Amino acid sequence: MLPVRAAQPRRDPAPSRLRYRLTRLWLRPAFRRLVNLGVPLAAVLLASWTLLAQFDLQARAVALYEKARDAIVEQPQFTITAIEVPDVSADLAEQIKIAAFVNLPASSLEVSVAAVRSRIESLDAVERARVQIRSNGVLEIRAIERMPVVVWRSEKGIQLLDQNGIRVAEVDSRLRRPDLPLIAGDGADGHVPEALLLLDDAHPVLGRVRGLVRVGERRWDLVLDRGQTIRLPETGASEALRRVMALEAGEELLERDLVTVDMRDPRRPMLRLTEHAVSELERLRRMDMGEDA
Amino acid sequence: MNRHLYDLQRAMRTRRDAALRRGVIAVLDIGTTKVSCLVLQFVPEEEGEGANARPVLRQGAFRVIGAANTRSRGIAFGEITSMDECERAIRTAVQGAQKMANLRFDHVVVAFSGGRPRSYGVTGETEVENGAVTEADIGQVLAECEIPDYGHDRDAIHALPVNFCLDHRTGLTDPRGQIGRDLAVDMHLVTVARTALHNLMHCIRRCDLELAGIVAAPYATALASLIEDEQELGAACIDIGGGSTGVSIFVRRQMIYTDAVRMGGHHITSDICQGLQVSMQDAERMKTKHGGLIATGIDDRDMIELPSILGDWDHERRQISRSELIGVMRPRVEEILEEVRARLDASGFEYLPSQRIVLTGGSAQIPGLETIASHILGRQCRVGKPLRVQGLPQSATGTSFSTTVGLAMHVSCPHDEWWDFEMPQDRHGARKVVRALRWFKENW
Repeated sequence: MLPVRAAQPRRDPAPSRLRYRLTRLWLRPAFRRLVNLGVPLAAVLLASWTLLAQFDLQARAVALYEKARDAIVEQPQFTITAIEVPDVSADLAEQIKIAAFVNLPASSLEVSVAAVRSRIESLDAVERARVQIRSNGVLEIRAIERMPVVVWRSEKGIQLLDQNGIRVAEVDSRLRRPDLPLIAGDGADGHVPEALLLLDDAHPVLGRVRGLVRVGERRWDLVLDRGQTIRLPETGASEALRRVMALEAGEELLERDLVTVDMRDPRRPMLRLTEHAVSELERLRRMDMGEDA
Repeated sequence: MNRHLYDLQRAMRTRRDAALRRGVIAVLDIGTTKVSCLVLQFVPEEEGEGANARPVLRQGAFRVIGAANTRSRGIAFGEITSMDECERAIRTAVQGAQKMANLRFDHVVVAFSGGRPRSYGVTGETEVENGAVTEADIGQVLAECEIPDYGHDRDAIHALPVNFCLDHRTGLTDPRGQIGRDLAVDMHLVTVARTALHNLMHCIRRCDLELAGIVAAPYATALASLIEDEQELGAACIDIGGGSTGVSIFVRRQMIYTDAVRMGGHHITSDICQGLQVSMQDAERMKTKHGGLIATGIDDRDMIELPSILGDWDHERRQISRSELIGVMRPRVEEILEEVRARLDASGFEYLPSQRIVLTGGSAQIPGLETIASHILGRQCRVGKPLRVQGLPQSATGTSFSTTVGLAMHVSCPHDEWWDFEMPQDRHGARKVVRALRWFKENW
């Protein structure tokens, strides 16, 4: 056998086994992606984490940021010094100012106008609001007040409703707003426009109207004084009421001794007389027949 | 045939199929003069139209995306003599091919030219089980073949069913689905020396590659250099390589015989080296630059300056005529061709319908070889270049790359071999679980 390390002439160049394996490894797409993307990413993450942990850089950076921010926020140009609520009643304005929840003086950079607006709009008495920070340091809140149109007496208490049936305020007594008509019954708040129309139709007897009662959450009863009731149908209530008003105008129907005008079936209106009227009617009829008075 | 070999070949088939599914496979020709490597990419084609188009892998459609070759070291007669050197050579070729392809490959199909290949024709007969011939019947008939005792130091690398005979109708290449009763098969068995084969497999393993098939080099060469008519009507392919000369005979598209003469271009070079007293490198250079086989009048006057052994310009200057060089080369070529003729005679080549002879391999580039071969082999000869393959670099289109290209063609459309068919169940020895599972699968 030849000596192992014989003077070999010249070996042809060949990749060493390590180099060969590394080349093959490098040609693996997954490995390549790992090295090209993963390793730099990991290095950057590690380096930043180490720096932050080592020198408490995070706290310093946060403090620096806060300081810079405060310096800007406390500029006089950004200060809000007053809140203006024009064109609303005084007590509502006070309510709005409280609901806006802005501690004066505040910085306009820290006050969120949208949040203020949503807080104000969540008030019952405000229908819509426009909030604006004016350049002279005034927070202007233009609110559109809800106007109460009816008083609703329900199991939950006595409430004032606007024309959409939305609660404006709660009152302890109906006598607080004697100028507004009264409605009652469950589900009446959902039909305020209809009630207003009916009351409009009832204007010939407006002085006698006590209120409207929602019956069975489906139809209205118009209640007058002297215990008189006009029962209105579910549909076509307005026509039925106008018929009654025509009868009132022509024959003074409601002046008579009636308890109920039942218009629920428009083809067959019914009248219910008081007991006294019935007995009087009997008597007159008998007299008419010529029998013993 | 032992069980182990069958399983080994099956495993290589599985790996080859896996590689084809991934679309990248490499072929490696480990020859005596050079190790060449091609990376093949199988391009999936779209089948269907519009939205329901899906990629389909057609095996024929491949392109070469990487090619590299290097001088081989540590290989003699196609067999590995120095594992370390051979590994280095393979690494060089593989790395070059990978670099060109910019793609890593794991599976490699290898051509093996050494190991003294020997051919056996074996026959088997069986009865078809139910009417039409099925795959199981073919497996059965292949298992029925009487395997000759080829010695304990050899292994089979090819077992090609070349001819099926169904009820005395012979000449069937694919009897599947045909009706018949008696099925017979002629199988071509190629064996090589076991140690040489195992050395090669070990060397591939050392290069971190997975072997997806071993092909006898003469077989691969013939696939690339014989045209279709020649394969069909009968032809011999003579691959004159560096250390060995492969002979393979094809008829009806099947290889029916293969053999190798352990002589080749290296012997011509060493003849020149000894006869003219020059170094091996100079002899190789003279052979390729001035070599020839037929001396004419002008060759006597064509003087060749011999390089001095000592490298002196002054002292030792010799000149020979080209005809002297031819006189050295020709006897060796004649010897090789005579050996080839002996092999052809032994194989019964003269009974084939057409007897074309195709010369290929690196040494087929010697001018005048065709004439000499025609004289000695007594038939018309031609020098065959490998078929054209998409993407093959121009430098790899010569005759010396026939085996490499042939390997690529073999990978793209391989012939069915014995191990492509299931072994019949009674031959499965201890694999009871597998049998039980198969029984369940077939009966439910």
